[in-house]
Amino acid sequence: MHLEYTVIEGDFVNAGSASSSIKKTLKQLNVNPSIVKRVVVALYEAEVNAIAHAYGGVVTADIDAGKILVRVIDKGPGIPDIDWAMQEGNSTASPEVRNMGFGAGMGLPNIKKNVDRLNVQSTVGVGTTVEMEVNLS
Amino acid sequence: MKLSEIAKVLNAKVVCGQDRLDEEQDKAFASDLMSDILTLGDNFPMIVTGLCTMQTIRTCEMGNLDIVVFVRKKKPTEEMIELAEDEGMVLMECDYSMFKACGLLWEAGLKPIY
Repeated sequence: MHLEYTVIEGDFVNAGSASSSIKKTLKQLNVNPSIVKRVVVALYEAEVNAIAHAYGGVVTADIDAGKILVRVIDKGPGIPDIDWAMQEGNSTASPEVRNMGFGAGMGLPNIKKNVDRLNVQSTVGVGTTVEMEVNLS
Repeated sequence: MKLSEIAKVLNAKVVCGQDRLDEEQDKAFASDLMSDILTLGDNFPMIVTGLCTMQTIRTCEMGNLDIVVFVRKKKPTEEMIELAEDEGMVLMECDYSMFKACGLLWEAGLKPIY
């Protein structure tokens, strides 16, 4: 099953709607609730990142019997130092993002804790792709 | 502790989920930081927060956290209440500070998750 959603820069009101939709799909597929929660927590953090830090992008999810592969592909500006961004507490968030209850530098570390495989590729000026895979059984 | 008792202790107004007030809840977690709320794993405490935005509701939806108390006189918008109703959540409005609300809940017997 392939799902695809567009994420719009700065659209904080709808931030989480892709995660919400994927959550409903996984529930309908009778995936274990603990696994569903890990997937959606990771995806939601990544979705908020794309809205808050990037110029929007696309969320895709590919689900098969054994796993879900989620990609959040944004349109830039890219992360100059991924190792720095992966450390808890490091953040470049705007005051607006902090007012939403995010921006404490916990997003990428939270994602890492919840997924079985994480791959972050980024090119400054082009964009970032966060690829997350979770085993469904 | 019944949710109706929690509302009474906090002198809180229940803005949605009135049909669930006979349910029990024995744990709470308080934070204004949504990323903190997303670290709770398989714990499902009641959430006490002063952050009152759509993201509060979304974050709780993602975490399967369906009882939320807004402190510091924060009032959820119609849009937030609508989403919370769709998700079957209980929302309460409390005029007390976070510190006072948590103190009263602790005194009434609610437990932390860590």
